[in-house]
Amino acid sequence: MRENVANPMVNEPTPADIQTTQLYEQWGLTPAEYDLIVEKLDRLPNYTETGLFSAMWSEHCSYKKSKPVLRTFWSKNERVLQGPGEGAGILDIGDDQAVVFKAESHNHPSAVEPYEGAATGVGGILRDIFSMGAQPIAVLDSLQFGDIQSKQTQRLVDGVVAGIAGYGNAIGIPTVGGAMNFDATYQHNPLVNVMAVGLLDQKHLHVGKAEGAGNSVLYVGATTGRDGIHGATFASVEFDSNEDQNRSAVQVGDPFMEKLVMDATIRAIREFGDSIIGVQDMGAAGLVSSTAEMADKAGMGMTLDLNQVPQREAHMTPYELMLSESQERMILIVKKGHEAQVQQVFNEADLNAVVIGEVVAGLDYQLRFNDEIVADVPVDFLTSAPKVNLPQVKPARLEQATTEQYQPDVSQPTQVLTQLLAQPTIASKASLYRHFDSSVRTDTVVKPGGDAAVIRVRGTQKALAMTTDINSRYTYLNPYIGGQWAMLEAAQNIIATGAEPIGITDCLNFGNPDDPEIYFELAQSVAGINEVAQKINTPVISGNVSLNNETDGTAIYPTPMVGMVGLHTQTDHITTIKAKSAQDAIYLVGQLQGQFNGSELQHMQIGAISGDLLPIDVDYAQGVQQKVLQAAQQQLVASSHDIAEGGLAVALSEVLFGTTFGATVNVDAPIEWVFAEAPTQFVVTVKPEQQADFEKLMSTDAVKLGDITNDGQFKLIATNGQIDAPVATLESVYKDSLCQQLQ
Amino acid sequence: MKSVVVRFPGSNCDEDMYYALKDLGLAPEFISAQSDASLDEYDAIFLPGGFSYGDYLRTGAIARFSPIMAAVQTAAAQGKIVVGICNGFQILTESGLLPGQLMMNEVPGFICDETELVINQKTSAFTNAYTAEQILVPVAHADGRYYADAETLQRLEDQNQIVFKYAENLNGSENRIAGITNEQGNVLGMMPHPERAVETLLGNTDGQNFFKSILATVAAQGVN
Amino acid sequence: MYLAKIKVTYKPSVLDPQGEVIKSALHRLDYETVEQVVQGKYFEVKLTASDLEDAKQLIESMAEALLINQNTETYDYTVEEVEG
Repeated sequence: MRENVANPMVNEPTPADIQTTQLYEQWGLTPAEYDLIVEKLDRLPNYTETGLFSAMWSEHCSYKKSKPVLRTFWSKNERVLQGPGEGAGILDIGDDQAVVFKAESHNHPSAVEPYEGAATGVGGILRDIFSMGAQPIAVLDSLQFGDIQSKQTQRLVDGVVAGIAGYGNAIGIPTVGGAMNFDATYQHNPLVNVMAVGLLDQKHLHVGKAEGAGNSVLYVGATTGRDGIHGATFASVEFDSNEDQNRSAVQVGDPFMEKLVMDATIRAIREFGDSIIGVQDMGAAGLVSSTAEMADKAGMGMTLDLNQVPQREAHMTPYELMLSESQERMILIVKKGHEAQVQQVFNEADLNAVVIGEVVAGLDYQLRFNDEIVADVPVDFLTSAPKVNLPQVKPARLEQATTEQYQPDVSQPTQVLTQLLAQPTIASKASLYRHFDSSVRTDTVVKPGGDAAVIRVRGTQKALAMTTDINSRYTYLNPYIGGQWAMLEAAQNIIATGAEPIGITDCLNFGNPDDPEIYFELAQSVAGINEVAQKINTPVISGNVSLNNETDGTAIYPTPMVGMVGLHTQTDHITTIKAKSAQDAIYLVGQLQGQFNGSELQHMQIGAISGDLLPIDVDYAQGVQQKVLQAAQQQLVASSHDIAEGGLAVALSEVLFGTTFGATVNVDAPIEWVFAEAPTQFVVTVKPEQQADFEKLMSTDAVKLGDITNDGQFKLIATNGQIDAPVATLESVYKDSLCQQLQ
Repeated sequence: MKSVVVRFPGSNCDEDMYYALKDLGLAPEFISAQSDASLDEYDAIFLPGGFSYGDYLRTGAIARFSPIMAAVQTAAAQGKIVVGICNGFQILTESGLLPGQLMMNEVPGFICDETELVINQKTSAFTNAYTAEQILVPVAHADGRYYADAETLQRLEDQNQIVFKYAENLNGSENRIAGITNEQGNVLGMMPHPERAVETLLGNTDGQNFFKSILATVAAQGVN
Repeated sequence: MYLAKIKVTYKPSVLDPQGEVIKSALHRLDYETVEQVVQGKYFEVKLTASDLEDAKQLIESMAEALLINQNTETYDYTVEEVEG
């Protein structure tokens, strides 16, 4: 067949052309990096090789700029079976089972092609999970959009929601939660962060390593086309508001194909796990990244025969084959002589499963095409982008800010509550989440709308709680405290369901790191996350960095996303946010503070955020959280809800929504404070017969505010004002506002 | 009693159905849609939900040519219980085992929710264990709008083939149809998912009596 | 070798929700004179056949067997001889 085809590489620039025209700069390599390649190879790299380095040395693949910060993450404790550096991290959950999870950003592809960008984001993160040998059990999406009133935002929301639904529903993994926020900072640069969670029998654990000379490199799944070439470099450059020129870098997903690949990969690992040495998804920078990383991790070399790669289009060049980001493809390293039985599993599902190369001793990474060697580079060099140490400078806005608090106008408290419930950040997202299948696989105990989603582990008494949290307004005002707060908030969400937080993943969404102020924000927020992660014993086991989230030179707010997983040892401990019966007592756990800087109320009243945040007493927060967890585990709480945006008043409203109950409470604080925001506050309801035990456990950390009533009325009396409104009226605002604003 | 769940490429509620059948004593097994084996040993055959063949072309249009469908046709003709849920319903209409067609929801988009169903035929093979007038059952579909011409709809009504109706018409179905049987009453298709409503832990058990009804029906027929 | 171009649309009486959504979107974009939008499916099928008549018979047969659902859809097509 190949004899009939003219050499597709004839029109490629020569190595000398590449050097003279500095073509490599268009692909993101700096002159210094190029010179280093020339020096190391002791010759000029050809077109294919230059392409390999530009992809592998992009920030997206190499993390060369963020690594100095990422290296500081605390990622080891007694549960960690696999930390960062693999497809996903893994934590021991007992009974020889493990939970596998990771989050990934798909911001840039979603900005240009919202449907496919979001859909392939789901597909990619799921492959990271099942490449470890795990069965994916849930997906969460953390979505940040711009101004809700703008047509551009509405187009993005429609596309992203449809893309997540189109892919996740079809593959049959429930979309159980996440978050959706609206803020003008994301107007031209929406964030689509997707987290996936899987369940693993530890005996099936596989990692992406190409060990053992002579073992086969098996390509499985979809064919390779020209889609998504240079997606990795595309993700690592700033955006120009002229989107159209980037369109070809977006891939198209096929959830049906992925379902077949997922089921066959899991089956192959379960049935022939001993024959399978390593598994890796072909993600960013497709074939080169997956194979080179696997070889490098094992300290081995590799040869690939590119004519064997299943191709969708004619006349593809080695450059295109190596850099294509066609979706739904995996690499398996299979023991020599055991290929047929593994291939059989894939072939039975009508999938490609082709040996395209072998693992070799030494560190040569060699590509053959039409019987010629078209690339030959040291694999350890290819996977080690030169480190970059970037300077940090504290932004001027942070130098000037003080913790003096914004003073809100709460002369009409009931009206303020109603307005807050209508804010797109707070209002119910049910009308959009309805498009996601949250109950397929019949394991979903707590569906979207709770503080965290809860998925039971079938056949055991265990369940897993999971959440994603972002609070970029706080991170913008104080990156360190914002990082601490995001962690505490995530932990509160997990604990409110009655689970113990056991680990986190993250997506770090920032602007251009070459800007010292942005690098400062990155380093500081990571430090804040890290401090709390260590303190509450939740190691950082996986994650992802998305930089250059800027359009025309304006960066988004620094936006670290924390994805946290918690463990329920008994499904009896699972607690939900809704009030359960009248006469139950309502408690505030934690302390109200008059903090309004960065609050939803400040944003609502002045259209902006400003000021510094009050310092967080992490030890106190941890103590309170532990007590709430104990109360849930002793089954002393009827309902439990984290207090977040909009403060106590909004949280208490949410406890009543979806029920026929009301509440009558007295708060010994100014009325303004019921809308204030501070970490580590819960609103908890307790049955009358359990109040004594609950109060004994909580001691001074809980204050009884009042009772759940049968009258359907929300009555809150503070020292200088009160809220009084029918719950039904508040609820209709809460339920309908998002739809109204999106139309 | 023995039952079987047919797995099509792209089925994704196959395991959910299997567990529901197992928990409620219908002794399920799996069979691949690519199999051309006989289904003689089974008393009830379940076509689960999902996206067979990616829902490409039309929902159910490609799956209905699967090798197993010949045996499903035979079993239906023999009067055995054949149930299609969601995508399974779509496959049954495409294959002509049930009349009409499932089309895109009136307001385009996937709906995942729980919805009230009116039990329109209390004595059917699939509802005889229910005492309630209405049940709450999960739905999860984008192409669930039941369509048939006026004559067919009249016949369905006249011959008591409409087993479930939506209390509120959430997808624009003709006559609020959520589930129908064939004329003989042994083949049922429905869009809602009773298999997602069989466990207290998951918050809804209204689907249990669906499976208990089938158990009772098979018992009355005499077990193999 | 023959190339058939087959267009599938809903029968006029059947609701086409996508067409309706596209119509209102066009209205929002100020294309107020749009009165109707029909969204259909388009297939290109290359096949060998003994002659044009044979090709037409094959196409009609495959359209009715698989490409359309006769309850709700209708189709028309063109066919021409092309280079293999």
